[in-house]
Formats: sequence, structure tokens, C-alpha cells
Amino acid sequence: MRTEDNIQIEGIMAFIDRDNIDTDQIIPTEYLKSIKKFGYEDYLFDGWRYLDEGKLGVSKTSRKLNNEFILNQPIFMTSKILLARDNFGCGSSREHAVWALRDFGIQVIIASSFGDIFYNNCFKNGLLPINLSRSVIDRLFQLSAQDAQLVKVCLQSRNIYVQGEEFSFNLEDDLADRIINQFDDIDISLKFADKISCFEQDRITKRPWIFYNE
Amino acid sequence: MHSTLYDKLWNEHFVTSFDSGESLIYIDRHYLHEVTSPQAFEGLIKKNIKPWRVDANIATPDHNVPTLRAKSFAIESIDDEISKIQVKELDKNCDLFGIKQFDIKSLNQGIVHVIGPELGYTLPGMTIVCGDSHTSTHGAFGCLAMGIGTSEVEHVLATQCLKISKLKNMRVNFEGIPSPDITSKDVILFLIRTIGVSGGNGHAIEFAGSYIENISMEARMTICNMSIEAGAKVGLIAPDQTTFNYLKRSSNLPRELLTDAIEFWSTLKTDPDAKFDKEITIDVSKIKPQISWGTSPEMVIDFDEMIPSTSTRKENQKNFENARKYMGIKDEKKLSDLKFDRVFIGSCTNSRIEDLRDAAKVLEGKKISKKILQAIVVPGSGQVKKQAESEGLHSIFIDAGFEWRESGCSMCLGMNPDRLSPYERCASTSNRNFEGRQGNLGRTHLMSPKMAALTAIHGKVIGQ
Repeated sequence: MRTEDNIQIEGIMAFIDRDNIDTDQIIPTEYLKSIKKFGYEDYLFDGWRYLDEGKLGVSKTSRKLNNEFILNQPIFMTSKILLARDNFGCGSSREHAVWALRDFGIQVIIASSFGDIFYNNCFKNGLLPINLSRSVIDRLFQLSAQDAQLVKVCLQSRNIYVQGEEFSFNLEDDLADRIINQFDDIDISLKFADKISCFEQDRITKRPWIFYNE
Repeated sequence: MHSTLYDKLWNEHFVTSFDSGESLIYIDRHYLHEVTSPQAFEGLIKKNIKPWRVDANIATPDHNVPTLRAKSFAIESIDDEISKIQVKELDKNCDLFGIKQFDIKSLNQGIVHVIGPELGYTLPGMTIVCGDSHTSTHGAFGCLAMGIGTSEVEHVLATQCLKISKLKNMRVNFEGIPSPDITSKDVILFLIRTIGVSGGNGHAIEFAGSYIENISMEARMTICNMSIEAGAKVGLIAPDQTTFNYLKRSSNLPRELLTDAIEFWSTLKTDPDAKFDKEITIDVSKIKPQISWGTSPEMVIDFDEMIPSTSTRKENQKNFENARKYMGIKDEKKLSDLKFDRVFIGSCTNSRIEDLRDAAKVLEGKKISKKILQAIVVPGSGQVKKQAESEGLHSIFIDAGFEWRESGCSMCLGMNPDRLSPYERCASTSNRNFEGRQGNLGRTHLMSPKMAALTAIHGKVIGQ
């Protein structure tokens, strides 16, 4: 993904008016049997998106689509932004939920709160979770109910633009950088390898029972 | 001074901090299973990195393993080709990196959150992670334990650290003496119903109070296990004599080292003057058996209460309508009006020896209802199974009409052959009643092992 694409994200905002959308809904367990990190796009929201039961490896074209589900409606099929309510991504720690959203093409999730583990997983994969107050979320749902909304999310100014309205959000610089530059945390942490080693040596002396039998 | 147990564990493992507000926290123990690890191992191979401290890692396959298997069962015997590949992959990666694995044939194989404590790999004061949200279970020993994603699994393998932000502190005080039919499952379900599934978001929950002090390690594990269902990825309980007695049996530490350890572990508690960002007290004496009616672990009622049709909390009414529709609740007023098809006793929440004893006590000399298509008991580990058999519990289950299975995650998540068919209703001792969790369109009602056993006997929910 090119850097400039990530500073500003513009696209149609899909919306699912539910609280507590758990990661089992985002991607059901069946698809966790895959040992790959990519290729989950057809399984996103599987239980809501299709009328029949799916299996890993069975493609979208041979499935019965639920035409009422938002991501099956032509205008929302290429949505880059998803709007939901409280506690989006609660439940299971499966990073596959983030991979499925990413593989579908979702780059931003806007919600009034997120499950803690899901929130962390987002930043490891360049997906931006935006936390907004319930009243702003209400307003965004109101606008979406009127018409499909083209939304612009600006990472630098931390603003969301919808139909001439502007909403600001908070995001640590470091986390924004991670979305923009797709840094690998392992590379960053290994710069502190000496510090980790020192800490570990000290711990072996202080708490030997943890390292017993090693 | 002024520190909570969580603060102390955090400080004890703090390596360094970043401008983002995140810190590097040293990880003492890393558990792995077949589902969330393959992509992490692939990452290590691509980067040509070896695990930082290979002995910190303990692996076992649990999610995909069939629970109907003979002693001679090998990975090759798994019918589902895709599941087979995943279990094989764990085997291959553990061999490649020299990670200790209790494989599908091992007597010690089991659900990762059951075997860790029982084999003595979980010790108080540790940081413990696993690519599984129910890692909070290990907090019952006074550990800082949490579920992580696969990128973090790779990070921990590579650096022995986790890069995370500190959580806020929350304390839940459970006070009083519960009535005899109440188990820790009822208590934690009651909490989730009270504070909601996001009530603990952003917090580490310490469970305290006279109730906690008086319960066993197994019961404490059930409580900490489901802190994630209350939104808290960390749940923890200060270690005490109950903890030490358990560890004297489970750990293989030489006596001298264990004595030193216990001396340190005894300091792992919240200071009297510590401040919590959130605190609530719950009187457990008033709790009745709790059962979920909907599709979120907060949609819980007393077993004899009316099933709600409107939301009493501020969440949107649509959630309730969706849940009633999904669960096939139309004119039924109470849980006792619903007909059950299957019963599942097992999962990392309720598959330990005490859970099986609880259920067996209810089932002794009884038969399950003819209306029940299938009732299964899935011990959490090979060791739990062995112990239960030595106590004759398996005969009680089998005589009552239950199937007595081999250990694994089983029907908790429908990733192995144990699944619900569409629209089937299940009395389940597991932890999640999400849509499709136990199988496409399956309907889950969470409850304690006692209530699940009673439901098996009567084919519907009934009190004791």
C-alpha cells in the first residue's frame, strides 16, 4: 500500500447498526482453519452476508448471497469505511477478524468503542479504528440513513469529513505513523534487544523458579 | 505503596517505554495452540528469527481435535483435511523450533488453559500470553495473563516481550455466602449481566472479597476465564493459601525453590490504600442460577425470570430484537418454555474436575430426557479425564446417557466435529453465546455444569 493512500482515506461508508459486534460475526471459526495471513475477504461477516453455510475454500460465487446485507448492496461493495456502535470487535482474539476486514478493502472502522484485543490487532495490520462519542456516531447513522455517504478520513489533521460536516478524532502520533508507514513492531522492539537481555538476566537471578528446568 | 496487584505485576515486568505510551513488557510464559500460531511461525521463518527463549513456550492442539478418538489416534485420523493441516502445522513448527508440545497422543494434551495450570507451567507473578482471549483464566493464580493476536504471538516469540499500553484498574468485590446451588459460573454470568460486555473495556479486573477467598482454584479459574466476556482482557486474583496448596500439588519445583517462591508470591496483593479507577461490590447471597437467553454474554437472566423483550439498559433495542429472533424466541415467556436438543459440558470455562463432580452429583442415578438428541461431557485435559475416571464419574455420566469424550475445545466453538445443526438449542457450559458460535444458526444458552445437567434430565430449564 502506498504511503499517500494512507494519509487520506476516502470512500463510501457502510454501516451496521448493532452494538457488540463480536469477532465471531466478523469471521466465523470455520475460517480460522486457514494457516494463511491473507485471502479472507469472501468470509467477512459470513453469517450475515450469506444465506447458506460456508466452508473454507468455497468461493463467494457459489454461495447464496443475503441481498439485504449492506455489503452485498452494489454501492457498499467497495466500501473502505465501516460504521458501527459500541464495543466493535469484542470477544475472541482472532486477528483473522482484522485480516478479513482488510482483505475486503475496509481501511477504517468508526465506532463508539472497541474490544481491547481487536483494537490492538488493527494497528498491526494498517487498519484504523476510530473512536467517537455516541452522539457523533448517532449523527453519522442519521446521515447514512438519508443516503450512502462518501466519507473522507484525514490521518494528519485527525478529521472526518461527511457532507460538509467535520468531526475530529484522537490518535497518538506513534499509532498514526504505524498506519501510514506500516512499521513492523518486531523490528522496533529488537532495537532494545540488549535491554531485554539485561532484564532477563536479572529476572533469572531474582525469580529463579520461573526458569526452573530450562 | 498505593499499588494494585496489576500495577505490581506491570512494574515487575516493565522493560522500557515508547513515545506512544506503550511499553515493552517481559513475558514469562507463552502458550500456543494450532489455530493462532501458524502465521506467526511463518513470520519467524520469513525473517529468519529464532524464538527468543524457547523454553518459555508450551504448545498443545485443542481447537480442532476430534473428541471421539481412540488411544492410537494420530493426526492422520482427523477427517477434516483442513483441520488436519493445521494440527500438523503445529507439530511441524514445534519440531522445527524445539518447542515443547503436548501433542494429540499425549496423556497431558488438553485445552491449553486447563493443562497450563494443572501441569505447573502457570505460576503466580508471571506474565502469561496466548493467542486466545481466554488466557485471562491464568489470572486466577495472580498472573498478568491476557489473550493476544497472531502478530503479537510472533512478536512474543521473537522478542519475549509484548508492546502494550497499561490498562486501568478495576476491582470487583464479591461478598457474602451464596446459596448451595450457586457456582462460580453463576457469579461471573451475574457480573457480566450487571456491568455489560463492555463494562471492563480498557481495564484489568481484580476479583476480590470474601466469596473469592473461600472458593477453590478451579472456581477462580472460571471467574477469571470469563473476564473477557465482561470486556476485560485481564482478570486476576491475589494468590493466597488456596493457590499455594494447589501449586504444592501441581508444580514440580524443588521444595527449597517453592518455599522461596511462596515467600515472594505472598507479597502479590493490592496495597490497602491503592486506588481503583472503577470499583463495584456484588452481594453473591442474592444470586440465583444464571442462564443466557440471547446472543451476547450480557443477555443473562435468573433461570426462572421472564425473558426480556425490551432492553432495560441504554443499548439499542435492535440488539434485543435480533437476539430474540436468532434464538427462536416468539411467545415463550420463560427459559422453561424452551425445548433443548443438546447438552455440552466442557470448554476452558467449565471442564475441570470440580465442574465434572458438580454435574455428576446432579446426574447420579438419573437418566437424561428422551427429548435430548445428544449430551456430551468433554473433560478439559487427559489428566482431568483420568482423575474423573478414578472417581467413577464417567460411569455416572454414561449411565445417565451422556457421551464420555476425549479432551479438547469441542462444542464451545464448532471448529471440530462437535457442532450444533441449524436451529438446535444447546445447554452449554461454555463462555460465548454469539450467533453461530457452536455451529451455523445454532442456539446457545450459557449456564453452569449443574444447570446443564438438570437441563439434560428434564429436556428444559428447571430449578433444583
